[in-house]
Amino acid sequence: MLRFIETVIRREFLLAFRRPADLISVLFFFIIASSLFPLGVWPRVDTWLQLAPGVLWVSALLATLLSLPHLFADDYRDGTLEQLVLGAYPLAFAVFGKLVAHWLVFGVSLALLAPVFAFQFDLPGHALWTLFLSLFVGTPALSSLGAIGAALTLGLRGGRVVLSLLVLPLYIPVLIFGAAAVEAALAGIDANAGISFLAALSLAGMFFTPPLIAAALHITME
Amino acid sequence: MKLSVVNLSCRRGETRLFDALAFDLDAGESLHVCGANGSGKTTLLRFLCALSFPDEGEIFWNDQAIGHALCDYRSQLATLGHRDAIKEELTPIENLKLAALLSGGGFDLESALGALKRLGVPDGDDIFCRRLSQGQKRRVALARLLLLDRPLWILDEPCAALDPTATREVASMIDAHLSGGGIAVVASPSADAFPKARKLRLSASC
Amino acid sequence: MDKNDLPKTPSRLSDLPAAYRLAGKAIPYFWALTVASGAAGLYAAFFLALPDARQGETFRIIFLHVPASWMSLFIYLCMAFLAALALFFHARASSILLSALAPTGALFTFLSLSTGALWAKPIWGTWWVWWDARLVSELVLFFMYVGFIALASAIEDPRRADKASALLALVGVVNIPIVYFSVRWWHTLHQGYSITLTRPPAMAPVTFWGIVLCVLACTAYAAAVALMRFRNTVLDRERDAEWVRETLATGS
Repeated sequence: MLRFIETVIRREFLLAFRRPADLISVLFFFIIASSLFPLGVWPRVDTWLQLAPGVLWVSALLATLLSLPHLFADDYRDGTLEQLVLGAYPLAFAVFGKLVAHWLVFGVSLALLAPVFAFQFDLPGHALWTLFLSLFVGTPALSSLGAIGAALTLGLRGGRVVLSLLVLPLYIPVLIFGAAAVEAALAGIDANAGISFLAALSLAGMFFTPPLIAAALHITME
Repeated sequence: MKLSVVNLSCRRGETRLFDALAFDLDAGESLHVCGANGSGKTTLLRFLCALSFPDEGEIFWNDQAIGHALCDYRSQLATLGHRDAIKEELTPIENLKLAALLSGGGFDLESALGALKRLGVPDGDDIFCRRLSQGQKRRVALARLLLLDRPLWILDEPCAALDPTATREVASMIDAHLSGGGIAVVASPSADAFPKARKLRLSASC
Repeated sequence: MDKNDLPKTPSRLSDLPAAYRLAGKAIPYFWALTVASGAAGLYAAFFLALPDARQGETFRIIFLHVPASWMSLFIYLCMAFLAALALFFHARASSILLSALAPTGALFTFLSLSTGALWAKPIWGTWWVWWDARLVSELVLFFMYVGFIALASAIEDPRRADKASALLALVGVVNIPIVYFSVRWWHTLHQGYSITLTRPPAMAPVTFWGIVLCVLACTAYAAAVALMRFRNTVLDRERDAEWVRETLATGS
């Protein structure tokens, strides 16, 4: 079973490696979106510092939202999803592998990129570290909750808009804890509480959503 | 080894696609499902693949309802759908390797190369499936069938986009599979494509 | 086609003709209850209840606000329950009723939010606050209703639409408490706000019973409207079945 999940993860990595444009455009979206906020705000440095955690987290969240269709849509279109259903283990295991790979490809890249582009907000060093940590720990929750929406809207006309309507309300707790952790670090308070909540949400998401996502995929393919 | 279908019915909206369908297939037997477009061939095959489930009726594998042992049943299956299930970013060999590993078996490079060669698919480290023609991709999908070594084949229009040579190759593949004790269910619109198989003609009635 | 062509399903919950007739019998009673308890409740709200000492006439909005808030949650819980029935027992009637409830739930959630804002402006001096867990979860609840309706209407195949929206309803019922507690936690991080939304210390009996009557009226209204929508959907889904033609011909 572990070998099966490992194969799925390797497969996703190989595909992501052969299609680097997917990842690159998501990362550029993050950079552009987070740069738009300062342009829309009256340029006062202390406001930026207040806005930075929320802006960076919202941008990361929207970037993840954009990456969600890649989870299942290609496999659905070319028929490999059906082959996964007929695979050696229940679909939920394949879904778990896909979630892990999605996190490692998109989530971890965003977590690594965010502190680099947070310099425009002049965040101090320890807040940058908290920003990285909060995204690193929080993006599995984004991947797994978003995958529910991605599976439910698979193959629908206008599915991307519906996807965002379904997924964004589910993201609210993650956003609150993530932005609050960075804000706490900025205010010099201990940010561990927020990070722990994020980790709890991510663990719960990674382990409880795969059966739901698999059920949604079965519904879609039926 | 036995696949049996009892009293299978399917309605899609106003049309009754098929009603009280029943058949038995033993080892070495094959069924050719024919009928016009929209007569329910693909729907029937999706029921047999346990990808969707009928309103009425039951499918048995070795006298056990497939709904009770889905994973066991699926591990007996090799399927070919309308879509080839080929990843365009990968080479034919990579595609076959992933399919073999994900289906829980081992991967033997020699037999994979042999299967590709038998079906006349070019192979190389820089030949991605994106560059192959529609018919060549279909051949890669057929090579997957050879490689998986499963007893029950369910093929939906296996000869779509294939030239006459490859079509004959498919027929001989199926014959070899049957003489090895396998079972095959093949859907194809042309009535005389598989002369040796039993025929099941679907015609939708309102 | 004869009667045997109706899909035979193991569950009695899927007996659509029976559900259709039962709904038809129940609807007039629900309307009667709506009118009776609504009239009594509004009479209590406008004529019997005395203006609040602190809030003046503004407080009368709670006769709509409390029932609307209660209904927004109650309908979502009903939907989650029906969704479980639909998914685990393949009950077709419950998945149709589930979709029939959603627009009414969205309406009550919107009413709850807007009446709350109208009440908050004169009392708190602001239309909206982001740090109150109840307000934010109510807003997210509204988003969940909207997402549910959007998903159900985006899927053309009714079988897939039923199952997919049922699954979404179940996910949503887990989400709402998580949102509630995350905002509470967030609020405790931001020490220093002094206003808290607490229940009025004591309620006059006439106010209490007025609210109860209004809640009853809203519940009966939701049931009546949802059942009417349910009947329409059933007729639409089963339009080729013999019993629908018979029903429509006799006009019962």
